[in-house]
Amino acid sequence: MSFFKTQPKDLILLLCFAVVVLLAPILFAPIGAGYPDLLQKFAIFGIFALGFNILFGLTGYLSFGHAAFLGVGSYSAVWTFKLLSMNPLPAIIFATLVGGLFSALIGFISLRRTGIYFSILTLAFAQMSYNMAYSVLTPITNGETGLQLVQSDPRVLDVAFGRDYGAVLPSSDLFGIGMTGYPGYYFCGFMLILCFFLTLRIFRSPFGMMLRAVKSNQNRMNYTGLNTKPYALAAFVISGMYAGLAGGLLAVTDPLAGAERMQWTASGEVVLMTILGGSGTLLGPVIGAGAIKYFENIFSAFNDQILAQVYSFLPEILQQIMVAISSLFVGEGWHLTLGALFMIIVIFLPGGLMEGFKRLRNLISGKFGGGNGSGRATAPAE
Amino acid sequence: MDAIALQVLNGLDKGGAYALIALGLTIIFGTLGVVNFAHGALFMLGAFCAVSVKALLSLEAVTLDPNKLTAWGTPMEIRVPYVETWFGEFGATLLNYSVPVSILVAIPMMLILGIAMERGLIRFFYKRPHAEQILVTFGLAIVLQEIIKGIFGANPIPQPAPEVAKGMIDFGILVGFDAGNVVYPAWRLIYFLFSVAIIGAVFSFLRFTSFGMVVRAGMADRETVGLLGIDIDRRFTIVFGIAAVVAGLAGAMYTPILSPDYHMGMDFLVLSFVVVVVGGMGSLGGAVAAGFLLGILQSFASMNEVKNILPGIDQIIIYLIAVVVLLVRPRGLMGRKGMMEH
Repeated sequence: MSFFKTQPKDLILLLCFAVVVLLAPILFAPIGAGYPDLLQKFAIFGIFALGFNILFGLTGYLSFGHAAFLGVGSYSAVWTFKLLSMNPLPAIIFATLVGGLFSALIGFISLRRTGIYFSILTLAFAQMSYNMAYSVLTPITNGETGLQLVQSDPRVLDVAFGRDYGAVLPSSDLFGIGMTGYPGYYFCGFMLILCFFLTLRIFRSPFGMMLRAVKSNQNRMNYTGLNTKPYALAAFVISGMYAGLAGGLLAVTDPLAGAERMQWTASGEVVLMTILGGSGTLLGPVIGAGAIKYFENIFSAFNDQILAQVYSFLPEILQQIMVAISSLFVGEGWHLTLGALFMIIVIFLPGGLMEGFKRLRNLISGKFGGGNGSGRATAPAE
Repeated sequence: MDAIALQVLNGLDKGGAYALIALGLTIIFGTLGVVNFAHGALFMLGAFCAVSVKALLSLEAVTLDPNKLTAWGTPMEIRVPYVETWFGEFGATLLNYSVPVSILVAIPMMLILGIAMERGLIRFFYKRPHAEQILVTFGLAIVLQEIIKGIFGANPIPQPAPEVAKGMIDFGILVGFDAGNVVYPAWRLIYFLFSVAIIGAVFSFLRFTSFGMVVRAGMADRETVGLLGIDIDRRFTIVFGIAAVVAGLAGAMYTPILSPDYHMGMDFLVLSFVVVVVGGMGSLGGAVAAGFLLGILQSFASMNEVKNILPGIDQIIIYLIAVVVLLVRPRGLMGRKGMMEH
């Protein structure tokens, strides 16, 4: 009956999740990820992937244009900073709303088609938004420079409440708490927990069941006399709002917005996060987002000297060869690793890490208790 | 009238590139049922075949000439490309015509690459859902383009057209306009003719050979062709190779028009998808027609007169058309009835 009535099992999951998010600075310190900048990224892209998963994981619609909503969210957040207030709350509210509106518009058209057509349409729309951000919409987006705060911004609400930032460029703050460093992380982390809770509720709701039905056999749903489009559109808009929120949070932690956030590579990245973790699962996308951002951070920092150290146990010539090969994959070449990872996951583990864990668990329990084999976690996305 | 003729011409070369890529995409989709997101990468690889051929041909022997001194008083370096020392005049010509010559390299390279791609990766995905096909080819596209970036760097590498084709052709005189009104770079005209020739070759191959007949039959009904005892898989492998060659040639010849860089493939891919969708999924004629149509429309949209009325229209016209076509006539301009029409 009630939206907030959560089953005990889910409540435990939610609690564990919240504890991990809140203790993240301590928990992730041993693997070198316990600093706020990276943790903020974990949380923000976790939200982005959670939202994408509601669309792709539940309904099977593969969108290649979700970065557009992230970008739009960033732009609206920065504009809120400029026009209204440096408080992040109005910024993320506006970012979410605008993300939702924009995705409703695009979703309304794209969802007329399914399968490949849908993917191509969303890709085309994202590319169109990206091109427009660089050309026609320059007055709004500030083109290639990116949208930035300036000291002379009006900030109506701040002025009305008598807030004066003096002669420095203001940064976002929540009633006096600056949104950089750990406070910024906890702000994003709180949003992540909130989004996780919402996702959990959606997964367990009749609405979530309906979305899964759309994925498993849309034709049959139509034959029973049910119009599936509104459900798919709702999922699209919800995931667009998540993306808008994520974009807004990006702007909160670092108040500038650029069009490169809307590029197709960014859209591809969120797809990868979702399938790496396991599309259609609750935790998967967050784990996938964390893993990708973590490895991006590590791999990008590598250079030839560090590589030479790593391979220092090898003979000279072998070492040079290994360094030459590996250096393709690290530093600037991080995207190569990303692409290779993409292929490996899709080829060998289409269910993502979550399916990998499940297989492992089945393997172990199968040895001890003769557990029954697992069905494939993902149903075909037709 | 002159202006219109000029814009049509301007659209033709780009349209030719779109048409060639879209043709390959359509053939692959029609025969194998796979949406190949790596097709743009094949276009890009073709372009880099031209870059490598140029780089190989212009390897230079450096000798010091003690009789001549530079401004710094050191002996002057004389750089002579090896091909010129070895082959003399012919070598110089070879270097001058490096882009057309690279076709000879691109054809076998792309054929091998295409066949390897189909046998090594794509064939495992025939039975998998479309989403996974898209994702795996998307991953492959990233890998290919990052490898190219690792080897050739991130900056565009300009490729000169042969000397004879560097100038402008006064096309207007040929069709009866006043001199000087419709002048057009010669290479772009050559590219257009080249793309028409390739398209003609592919069409006649499919239409007039028995191999092509089997392929067309396979596009219409794969199972029945298989039941007739024809090894359709082997033919489709070769078809994939041919599609790769077409994309590669399109890329190699396009290099004098657009200096190749590692992400040119993706830029063209998105547009080529749109072309396929507008032309009609699975319709070869549609892909070609839509390619040229969209190329020309794009060049009209980038006229200043149009841009003054609708600013920025040149950036988005192709996408707008795609949206309209998908909403009004989802199977595309020349698509078969029932083809992907849901």
